[in-house]
Amino acid sequence: MIRGVIIMNDQGKPRLVKFYEFQPVEKQQELIRSIYRILCSRAENVSNFVKVDSLCGKDVRLVYKTYATLYVVFIFDNSENELAMLDLMQVFVETMDRCFSNVCELDVVFNFNKMHTILDEIILGGQVLETNSSEIVKVGKTFKFKHSRIINFWLAGSVAAV
Amino acid sequence: MDSIMNPFSSSTRLRDLIRAVRACKTAAEERAAIRKECASIRAAISENDQDYRHRNLAKLMFIHMLGYPTHFGQMECLKLIASPGFPEKRIGYLGLMLLLDERQEVLMLVTNSIKQDLNHTNQYIVGLALCALGNICSAEMARDLAPEVERLLQFRDPNIRKKAALCTIRIIKKVPDLAENFINPAVALLKEKHHGVLLTGVQLCMDMCKVSTEALEHFRKNCIGILVKVLKDLANSSYAPEYEISGISDPFLHIRLLKLLRELGQGDPDASDNMNDILAQVATKTESNKNTGNAILYECVATIMSLEDNSGLRVLAVNILGRFLSSRDNNIRYVALNMLMKAIILDSQAVQRHRATILECVKDSDASIRKRALELVYLLINESNVKSLTKELVDYLEVCDPEFKGELSTKICSIVEKFSPEKIWYIDQMLKVLSEAGNYVKDEVWHALIVVITNASNLHGYTVRSLYKTVQTACEQETLARVAVWCIGEYGELLVSNVGMLGVEDPVTVTEVDAVDVVETVIQRHSADLTTRAMCLIALLKLSSRFPSCSKRINDIVIHQKGSLVLELQQRAIEFNSIIEKHGRIRSALVERMPVLDEATYSGRRAGSVPPAFSTSQGVPSKIPKGVAKPTSAPLVDLLDLSSDEIPGPSSSDGAFLQDLLGVDLSSSSQGTNRTPNNGTDVLLDLLSIGTPPSQSQSDSSPFDILQSGKDNKTSVTVLDNLASNSAPSAKTFSPAGSSSMMDLLDGFGPSSSAPETNGPSYPSIVAFESSSLKLTFNFSKEPGNLQSTLIEAEFMNKSPDIYSNFVFQTAVPKFLQLHLDPASSSSLPASGNGSITQKLRVSNSQHGKKPLVMRIRINYKVNGKDVLEEGQINNFPHEL
Repeated sequence: MIRGVIIMNDQGKPRLVKFYEFQPVEKQQELIRSIYRILCSRAENVSNFVKVDSLCGKDVRLVYKTYATLYVVFIFDNSENELAMLDLMQVFVETMDRCFSNVCELDVVFNFNKMHTILDEIILGGQVLETNSSEIVKVGKTFKFKHSRIINFWLAGSVAAV
Repeated sequence: MDSIMNPFSSSTRLRDLIRAVRACKTAAEERAAIRKECASIRAAISENDQDYRHRNLAKLMFIHMLGYPTHFGQMECLKLIASPGFPEKRIGYLGLMLLLDERQEVLMLVTNSIKQDLNHTNQYIVGLALCALGNICSAEMARDLAPEVERLLQFRDPNIRKKAALCTIRIIKKVPDLAENFINPAVALLKEKHHGVLLTGVQLCMDMCKVSTEALEHFRKNCIGILVKVLKDLANSSYAPEYEISGISDPFLHIRLLKLLRELGQGDPDASDNMNDILAQVATKTESNKNTGNAILYECVATIMSLEDNSGLRVLAVNILGRFLSSRDNNIRYVALNMLMKAIILDSQAVQRHRATILECVKDSDASIRKRALELVYLLINESNVKSLTKELVDYLEVCDPEFKGELSTKICSIVEKFSPEKIWYIDQMLKVLSEAGNYVKDEVWHALIVVITNASNLHGYTVRSLYKTVQTACEQETLARVAVWCIGEYGELLVSNVGMLGVEDPVTVTEVDAVDVVETVIQRHSADLTTRAMCLIALLKLSSRFPSCSKRINDIVIHQKGSLVLELQQRAIEFNSIIEKHGRIRSALVERMPVLDEATYSGRRAGSVPPAFSTSQGVPSKIPKGVAKPTSAPLVDLLDLSSDEIPGPSSSDGAFLQDLLGVDLSSSSQGTNRTPNNGTDVLLDLLSIGTPPSQSQSDSSPFDILQSGKDNKTSVTVLDNLASNSAPSAKTFSPAGSSSMMDLLDGFGPSSSAPETNGPSYPSIVAFESSSLKLTFNFSKEPGNLQSTLIEAEFMNKSPDIYSNFVFQTAVPKFLQLHLDPASSSSLPASGNGSITQKLRVSNSQHGKKPLVMRIRINYKVNGKDVLEEGQINNFPHEL
């Protein structure tokens, strides 16, 4: 079973947090911080799997990948195939890409609840629901996602100001 | 800025909130912004604001993600779910999944809304409800809503069917009894064509097997055929290009099917048989150049491994893993090693074939892969391959990253210890490890090596010569230097005389000067620590006797250490200097070769819980004295077993029994005083070897003789005096009783000995010991205000008609007592009770009131030119002491 999906940026700011087993807010934050610490200290040329028994319980692992400024993290137990989790992550990221055409951190930040909707079409209750990204996008379209490029455009000014 | 919009008005959009939070430069600013926003959301909630409800909830989800409390918004979720529109429901359900917990009461209120939505005419709303249920369903909800979900498993739209299938998993996990209702609908899902539905259906079957044996049996009987066929179709065709990932059709379905087959085939030979063909096909035909293909192969291997024995398939599986190991992808190597760990239990022969590849992984650049590979190599080692594998590992030790050396050397040492076929090989390997990673190995390792060396009597010469050669090039490896110095000290003469040359050795010419050079180099190295230097001093002392020609030079080196700032070294240097200069007669006896250390005792101690006491690496100078102490203390064991009876814990370590013997609580005294009593211990122990069987002390200048023969008294006193004068100048005493001088030596470190006051409470005297020839009476007194400490006046009476000379009284106490012994009034005891010897003892009982005093005694004296030894235990002390 997949225990959780986290997207955070390279500063450790959470951008999307979803746990499939209830975690109190404080515990969630603690996990995010610990995972961030682990990911920061990983060298470049190492495998994408990390054992996180100490954080999440026995035989729990996580797989992570870096996309530009974002870490995408899947936490799962030993009933899942590690390599398949990597593929699933690929499906997730591809789908985001299709929804936001060239997804970037700002898309994730400003559309986090739409991200949740996409994720809910891929994983349900910790199990893989769908892996066909066009199918996912089709469902997503019914939720009338706005094309985010326009948003990006006018955000560019304010981001520069920040 | 403000002209655009006040970001904290209640009508702020989510986007503005996010921007405002992002603009915060400090955590405090962020908290303030969130507090303000939360306040306005609360206000909106209490006004029952309808227009912005879904916007406020979206903001709350964002706030929740940042880690702030949002419980006040929970009811808003319910209100939104109950509202008619799709966008409101969507946000409501999203909030429900993120903000609520299945344990919360609020959740009960939502059951009815979900029930209505599960029956909604809009299938997207049905989808939302199923998704929420699948994520947060509680046991009560599961019971209430199971019929709806069961019906939805046959819904016309596959998107709903697949969600219903996963929702069912949650339901049967919460209420396993419900599983039987779902067996038939689940089987029906396996016949679906839609990949998504098939995928979730297979997963549902998988989870049903886990919660219900009935379901497991049913699937085993009826579904293996279907599953094999689906997998076959999937493997043979690519009829669903939309499910393709890197050229492989629906890898997830592949993997789920393989998992389910594994669950069904485990422990069932017939079921396993039916799967063999398709497993072989998947294992051989799947493309392995991409992660996706490897994911399937990996799962296939896992399935083959857990099925009933089929050796052909297993070899195939292990070979796949072997291929994984040579992959360039770290992830693939990582999972392969994990799987091989499991495979080795089933078929170690097959795994052995990939030894070379696994060994390569030990050299991987990825630390986690290295670590796993090393574990695996460790599991692979057996008597037949230990030599070649160890050679590889030792070779790699030379070139590996420094941070890996510690781990690698520990493993090599443990391999060598476990499988070593012969001692010479053990010694060779350990020397290699020490010379490459001597600064990384633990103390146990070189301790064990020394034990092995002492036991290999035919290899002493060989070892010391190899060490001599090795240390020339790797002198900076601390532990190697220690072992080398120790061996040169012990077996120095074998080094220069080339005694016991083995055929494999190259002859070396080493002069006595060369041997001393090595020790001198080590002791003068700046990085040498206290233990090493202390060992050097001992080695030098030993060499001074073994190589008389170098004695002068050795003395110079020793004298140089007199100026050491470390008290331990300074004292050792002074003592040794005096032994070399003034006591040529006893020197050779003092520095005799160490007796063989008992391997069984040593390994037993290592295995037990004792080691921590003496494996704490730095600054524990007592290691050598302990090593020396061991054999010499053997005859004292009878004296000392008292303490091991009495004290729980690691009292069996040499240090502990020395402490008992000497009545000095080393562990509780400070660093400085801690060391000092230890210094003397090797000398003291030599002195204490009085009473050792004659075979051990035959040389005529042995301390035994010195102490016992009256005419030599003067010499012995001087020895002790010398010792005493440098550590406790005030304790000069010319009492001929060896033991009391020894105790004097220690006086300086005991509690300050103020004049005893005798006006404390009085206690009855006891007859502590009585034999046919001797009577010992104890009189007690206590200082007022110091209940722990007791003054004992021992009085010895001679019951025989002969005079006793060279009378020596020794005593030992368990660790909880501290003892100090004043000099005896005389060393000769007049005959027939015509006089007595008195001797004062001061005992301090750290367990006062809990444990009574207890003591073991030993009395030595000479009667008519014959040595007599009497021993006993005193248990009849008054309890209030």
